Amino acid sequence: MSKSMKSLAVASAVAAAVVSHANTASAQSKEKCYGVSLAGQNGCAAGPGTSCAGTSTVDYQGNAWSLVDAGTCTEIKLPEMADGTARSGSTEALERDLPS
Amino acid sequence: MLDAQPKRPEKVPNRAGVGFKAQHLDGILKDPDSIGWIEIHAENYMGDGGRPIAQLRHLREQFPVSCHGVGLSIGAEVPLDRDHLARLKKLVNWLEPGLFSEHLAWSTHDSHFLNDLLPVPYTHATVDRVVAHINQVQDTVGRQMLLENPSTYIAFEESDRSEIDFLREVSERSGCGLLLDVNNVFVSATNQNYSPQAYIDAFPTERVGELHLGGHEQDADDFGATLLIDSHSRPVVDPVWALYEYTLAKAGPCPTLIEWDNDIPEWDVLAREAARADQLLSAVPAAQAS
Amino acid sequence: MAVQSQFAQALLDPAHPVPDGVVDPSGRPAGKRFNVYRNNVVVSLLDAMETAFPVIRKLIGTENFRNLAGLYVRQHPPKSPLLMFYGTDFPAFLDGFTPLAHVPYLADVARLELARRSAYHAADATPVPADALSQIAPARLMHLRFTLAPALQIVPSPYPVVALWDYNMTPDAPQPPAEAQTALITRPAFDLHMQVIPPAVAAFLGALRQGNPLDTAFDTASALDGAFDLTAGIVLLLQSELIVEIHL
Repeated sequence: MSKSMKSLAVASAVAAAVVSHANTASAQSKEKCYGVSLAGQNGCAAGPGTSCAGTSTVDYQGNAWSLVDAGTCTEIKLPEMADGTARSGSTEALERDLPS
Repeated sequence: MLDAQPKRPEKVPNRAGVGFKAQHLDGILKDPDSIGWIEIHAENYMGDGGRPIAQLRHLREQFPVSCHGVGLSIGAEVPLDRDHLARLKKLVNWLEPGLFSEHLAWSTHDSHFLNDLLPVPYTHATVDRVVAHINQVQDTVGRQMLLENPSTYIAFEESDRSEIDFLREVSERSGCGLLLDVNNVFVSATNQNYSPQAYIDAFPTERVGELHLGGHEQDADDFGATLLIDSHSRPVVDPVWALYEYTLAKAGPCPTLIEWDNDIPEWDVLAREAARADQLLSAVPAAQAS
Repeated sequence: MAVQSQFAQALLDPAHPVPDGVVDPSGRPAGKRFNVYRNNVVVSLLDAMETAFPVIRKLIGTENFRNLAGLYVRQHPPKSPLLMFYGTDFPAFLDGFTPLAHVPYLADVARLELARRSAYHAADATPVPADALSQIAPARLMHLRFTLAPALQIVPSPYPVVALWDYNMTPDAPQPPAEAQTALITRPAFDLHMQVIPPAVAAFLGALRQGNPLDTAFDTASALDGAFDLTAGIVLLLQSELIVEIHL
């Protein structure tokens, strides 16, 4: 594309976009600042639901990975993914892949 | 974004305030007279912009605000995190809070942030370190800080002085004020086996600029001794309310925060706790303040 | 003094003994009392992870998530006191976590969740008025450079990351299609907006964000897809309020 043609193409695209945007931009109501946080919060209390009963040595061994329930990945069927491999997230697969 | 500066740098009144939670914004704005002020955890407003800061700007236009740091690690053996201190300075300059406080605790080590208020031994070396850190904070931020007494679950063999002597010395040497958390007194007194009333009697209440109240949970240690956990997950219990009255009788009226950070209730439950504190506050003659 | 070193080590390692000199009020070993601190550290970080990665939690289930996050928080404790940004190493951690290798989209979903958080906390920015572009001489348009909104995030993936997110967060959302998706996250005011964009549009936005002029961004996108629609690209910029500044 020559430089002048490109200039023309860009200019007409911008013009069309501005018109199109002006036509579709509805009176979007401005969002309020209400709403809860999306991220972890810093606090100064002891961890929720914590007490010294059943503490870290019981609950948070930290070096053992075990599967105890399953989430929505077991429902999701992605038979032929973009990379061509068959994928599923079944519990069986999860267990099979665990190091013994 | 910390641009348009909220106006009205107001003194925090001798009334009840609450630790702000986003889910209470509606409730607070519908009934703004139910509380005298709000407190925020500084670290939650150190992002670049977006809703949290917009909410804070909005609230700051209606309420006196107290800025309560929870991550500076003033008791750490390692130097204070300069980046974090700079963020705190920026926030305080913008917010112009009526009160500014941090904890007697550490949480950073080897550049790791451990996200709890960890205890320090009460020794001369710790006093020196804490005083140096508070001086650095007050010099950087450009205003007086209040230092909060901790809830503790363990003791250090090397401690050679009481918590009160420790806090008094730090406060006198650094010029910082004190934040007296009445629930922490009750929790620590139970866990460390001393009288909470005696603690209040001996506390330098003339240096106190703010009081905290909160809920705790109960457990037991290896020997069956009661161990209280500062969970901020429940209403303030009656013995802590009684200790609060005892404190007010000695110290006079003082801004009082209700803390509720876990299992956060509906706004009206929290507002009732604040109303109870307000009622006790209004019964204290101001002249009694020492 | 190495008191805090010992203390810190013992906090993150339950097998580590309680540090010397840490006792109960009678001078007996602290035992369980020390575990209060252990628990506070780990549980509060697990909760931060759960708040930060709700979709990963749903995908693998709460208990699996907490076990997994338990490994993560010990291997990657926060480096900053700002918990709102905790978890930046989680995608890489998931990439290397072989027991979940057969759920290969987890790391990209975690990247998407991180990107959403970054956008949520990004600096506020006022978009230029919609007619700002029409006030510029047509011949200048191809040379324009823009400052784009700081909240803009683009997450490319060989997996249907946006659909996976929707499936877990939006009631009655359909099964994710077997396709690659590139997510565009914007935040016109305070609420996040997420949509799937073609790779050429992602390249267009990426080129503009790097400070390239409009014609170069057009070329970059067209090289990827000859049918790239520049008008649609500019409409997207305007509708998503992405242009914060125009540099003539």
